[in-house]
Amino acid sequence: MDSFDGTSKPPAFAGGVSMLRILWLETRTEYLRLLRTPSFSVPIIGFPLLFYVLFGVMLSPPRAGGAVGQAILGAFVVFGVMAPGLFGLGVTLAIDRDRGLLALKRALPMPAGTYLAAKLIMAMFFAVIVSVLLMLLAATLGHVALGILEVCELLALSALGVVPFCGLGLLIGTLTKGQAAPAVINLIYLPMSFLSGVLLPLTVLPRFIARLAPAWPAYQLDQLALAVVSRGSEWSAGLAARHALVLAGMTALFFVIARRRLERHG
Amino acid sequence: MMIRSPMPVAAALDGVVKRYGSTTALDGLHLGIERAKVTALLGANGAGKTTAVSLLLGLAEPDAGRVSLLGDSPRRLETRRRIGVMLQAAALPDTLQVRELIAVTSSYYVRPLRLAEVARLAGVEDVLGRRYGRLSGGQQRRVQFALAICGRPELLFLDEPTTGLDVEARAAVWSVVRALVDQGCAVLLTTHYLEEAEALAHRVAVLVRGRIVAEGTVDEVRAQGVCRRIRCVTRISAEEVRAWPDVGSATREDGRLQIEATASESVVRRLLEADPQLTELEVRRAGLAEAFVQMTRENA
Repeated sequence: MDSFDGTSKPPAFAGGVSMLRILWLETRTEYLRLLRTPSFSVPIIGFPLLFYVLFGVMLSPPRAGGAVGQAILGAFVVFGVMAPGLFGLGVTLAIDRDRGLLALKRALPMPAGTYLAAKLIMAMFFAVIVSVLLMLLAATLGHVALGILEVCELLALSALGVVPFCGLGLLIGTLTKGQAAPAVINLIYLPMSFLSGVLLPLTVLPRFIARLAPAWPAYQLDQLALAVVSRGSEWSAGLAARHALVLAGMTALFFVIARRRLERHG
Repeated sequence: MMIRSPMPVAAALDGVVKRYGSTTALDGLHLGIERAKVTALLGANGAGKTTAVSLLLGLAEPDAGRVSLLGDSPRRLETRRRIGVMLQAAALPDTLQVRELIAVTSSYYVRPLRLAEVARLAGVEDVLGRRYGRLSGGQQRRVQFALAICGRPELLFLDEPTTGLDVEARAAVWSVVRALVDQGCAVLLTTHYLEEAEALAHRVAVLVRGRIVAEGTVDEVRAQGVCRRIRCVTRISAEEVRAWPDVGSATREDGRLQIEATASESVVRRLLEADPQLTELEVRRAGLAEAFVQMTRENA
């Protein structure tokens, strides 16, 4: 280590701060961080695929390639989309808060919002990856036929549908300690998957639980996914818009509460 | 008690009060950080150092008083682009490589140093490709130091910068800090190593229970505590010496008389007059550490 001479030339991008460059680097480091953490990336990608092969392909009714197969695929896309949002934001935020990284980032001249935007983009990326892999499995092993439009809509649904779960994850991340966050999120993620009718038909659940299902964001997203895959038979733009609106309201609520908590408690 | 100087201050806390519930962390604190100088903020755990730094960095809002960072609010992004930060309690992501960490932090600044230069200054050239979590504690501190200096800061916050560093690495960090200060950078240093404050700081502020109890140059603060330590083998009793002027305390340990005095010359003269057979006389200037211990004890 020599003395500081201050004679080095500024790099090519000097002269101003590029927000896009910051967002790109933040997103890239977030991606590398998650990719290099197998305890995150393997279950996030692997579990929905494994569950789909087991329940959506091997244990599904014979000749489920039609409307039933499409509905099952839609449900597993929702199941796969929830995890990157809940874990990707909830666990990493709780860990960053615990370890003081969030305080350092806030003290450094990191533009407000870049930290969350990078995490959001990463969650969207993982959600789309999971959806693509699920659709590939559905097309090959499950013999589910999907048109280009349905594929595109499901991908868009995955990218946008992860946002409410990012909000919920963020809120949990502001409420829990780093090490407890995965357990707390699992306690919400798995019950929500069953109680909202995503992994179990609501008809097999006790009536009062089925009635509460619309309170879960997973139910709302599942209804939207169902609208996409069953466009031919039950498509109703008005109904889809209603679910999208409820989901948007839930998302706003999660983000507003999480933001308040972050401002008050860091 | 405010650090007053004709030099413009880089940052200041002016009559700042901060409470957490019923606990008052800072109680009307005045603190100025001068440009081109190292200001050391010293205090025992819980004295309010972290709260003071948090307010200056805009991480918390004061309940009363004013916080100024480079003449502006610490909440403004443009203001924070002129500072560098090294927080003791901040652990960087274990899975990221050192070069990735420096690259992302450098991107926040208008005129960052080149990666190679940051690495050279912080002494992390050999570990650029290694993951942060696989580095030793000392290497991790150097990476944190690299992130603090990569944006050519005008004001540098260093929280325990050399914890875990060996003697050579510590001296290297000190040398970079001195070079930055020579170029006009202001530094706020919080440290448990009082020899670090002694070696680096132009000004020292001692914080006890959210208030500054002593401030000034290292010599001035040292002089506010016990400034001399006298040891000798003598027949004079400790009780007798304790009654003399300029004597803070006198005890007998291992057959030697130990005296803490505010002025050594008069005490030594009187000792020699009282006992011409006195032997093994030692007079030592007390360090900042002793002054600090005394101040925190007296004000606790």
